[in-house]
Amino acid sequence: MSAAHAKTAGDPLVHGLMAEFHSASELVAAASATTRAGYVQYDCYTPFPIEELHEAMPHKRNWLPLLVLMGGIFGGLGGFSLCYWTSVIAYPIIVAGKPLNSWPAFIPITFECTILLASLTAVIGMLGLNGFPMPYHPVFNVPRFAFASRDRFFLCIESTDPKFDLESTWSFLSQLQPMQVSQVDR
Amino acid sequence: MAVQNQSLPRHDPLPPVIEPGHSFGSVTDKIASIVQTRKTPLGWIFGFAIGFTGLQLLGISVTYLFYKGTYIWGLNIPCGWGLDIINFVWWIGIGHAGTLISAILLLFRQSWRTSINRFAEAMTLFAVACAGMYPVIHTGRPWLAYWLLPYPNTMQMWPNFRSPLIWDVFAVSTYATVSLLFWFVGLIPDLATLRDRADHPVGKTIYGLLAMGWRGSADHWHRYETAYLLLAGLSTPLVLSVHTIVSFDFAVSQMPGWHATVFPPYFVAGAVFAGFAMVMIIAIPLRKFYGLEDFVTMRHFDYMGRITLATGLFVGYGYMVETFMAFYGGNQYETSLMWYRFGGPYAPLYWMLIFCNIISIQLLWFQRIRQSLPWLFGISIIVSIGMWLERFIIIPVSLSHDFLPSSWGMYYPTFWDWSTFVGTLGLFTSLLFLFIRFLPMISIFEVRTLLPEAQVEERAHG
Repeated sequence: MSAAHAKTAGDPLVHGLMAEFHSASELVAAASATTRAGYVQYDCYTPFPIEELHEAMPHKRNWLPLLVLMGGIFGGLGGFSLCYWTSVIAYPIIVAGKPLNSWPAFIPITFECTILLASLTAVIGMLGLNGFPMPYHPVFNVPRFAFASRDRFFLCIESTDPKFDLESTWSFLSQLQPMQVSQVDR
Repeated sequence: MAVQNQSLPRHDPLPPVIEPGHSFGSVTDKIASIVQTRKTPLGWIFGFAIGFTGLQLLGISVTYLFYKGTYIWGLNIPCGWGLDIINFVWWIGIGHAGTLISAILLLFRQSWRTSINRFAEAMTLFAVACAGMYPVIHTGRPWLAYWLLPYPNTMQMWPNFRSPLIWDVFAVSTYATVSLLFWFVGLIPDLATLRDRADHPVGKTIYGLLAMGWRGSADHWHRYETAYLLLAGLSTPLVLSVHTIVSFDFAVSQMPGWHATVFPPYFVAGAVFAGFAMVMIIAIPLRKFYGLEDFVTMRHFDYMGRITLATGLFVGYGYMVETFMAFYGGNQYETSLMWYRFGGPYAPLYWMLIFCNIISIQLLWFQRIRQSLPWLFGISIIVSIGMWLERFIIIPVSLSHDFLPSSWGMYYPTFWDWSTFVGTLGLFTSLLFLFIRFLPMISIFEVRTLLPEAQVEERAHG
């Protein structure tokens, strides 16, 4: 990591600029200010979920609930089809005088398959939409970033933002009274 | 994970959910240092050794079982189900408290669940692992256990989807999968904390791989919370369905003593009852040994005592309805079975069950008992025994007294029945000790949200 740091320090391959804050309230205030200043491509890093932060940041569509609904519907249809197809078409045997399509008996498996597929979609969907597993990310090049999983709050304006400029963004972040501002190398 | 730690409005005699004086850093250090230490406590080694010895006994018992067949157990005709199915139901019931704590209490916004949900979920997983083993080894030919699954095969046969036994396969495997997912998703941010704290490259790599690159991004947290809430919403009906379906194994049959409509709710309540007892059996020594009094406070134990009492009363109601229905229904087989339970050869077990599950828990009405760890520990052990006896009364006792006097017979567990049971206790203990040593037993990031400094003070939006 230090070698990469030495190689790219100062060159235009910059991921962004990162400000470190002491408390959740300061970070939420900083995020609101960043949004108001017109930055779009920025991210906040916190040691626990903060609802207010999501409201302060530019809104992004969360596709997960829709995906989970689809997963559940698919699982339910799949579970029932499995029971129906095997009991009526593939292996029709009369058991205890019940009709071949004895659908009430198929409900438990339909239900379990619904839950199973919906849960798998929730987890795999969450990981996938977050881009996990992600073996490398530039923010970890900042040594202080190890505290993002402990007790510090970070805001990183990314260089892909149209308003991003190394000097003016640096001075903007400094105005927000962070503990420190650092450059994030790619 | 909503934060509800505002000062309580009225005079509250109970201690807080988390003791005052903690910061994000101190919470992180306290919980993570249990895992990230070079020194393994002697007590841990001792406890793990006991569990591991039990695990060896399981290995021996199961090997001998596979060599000889299921007749080494006390099974016979009419009692084709014995300790194997009793323990299956007992273990899977214990698992239910973990899901109840992690999912149902989350949906009800009970923030006190935060300190106990992680190890309760681990307990669920390990209990389901013990439970899941029983039906597989009960088949006698476990290498053919995959025949339970619907897959295209050269025999051109498919499972009978009208049988509760195949519902059970789906319910238990779904439950195991979803519990594992729920537990793992809950662990991801804490694994990232361990990764960032680790000083040894091996630990850093392993925790880093498991954390998958988690960096606490706001977008990620948002999706994470959505996924967690959805999983809780999905696990809630799931956990109720699992013991319902387990009870169908009995209730759908015609056997006197099994064929009862009260079974599903009464099984679910019994599962939560046994599970909370097990959570307390684990939590009381752990809290003492690792000095976690700040996070698992007497408020937790008070609440757990209340839930144990409430679910125990449901179970007591279930016993009364079962008895009432047998006599009110007037079915001579059901009536005969009830008299057999009250006064037959297994009667001492029945009355012990009544003592364990109905009488002993009445002590929990008193706050002084709910605030006393020795009492709670003792009652929890009694409840665990009581719930095991309940399954004994339901399963072999009903089988030993069916419709025809000519087919009545007794069931006696053999050495191998008991050794397998002790073995699964060993498996459970071993897994639990490994979990405590290598993963944070309390959810670090959720405890952070309980601290007052996690509250965002709204500033003037300009």
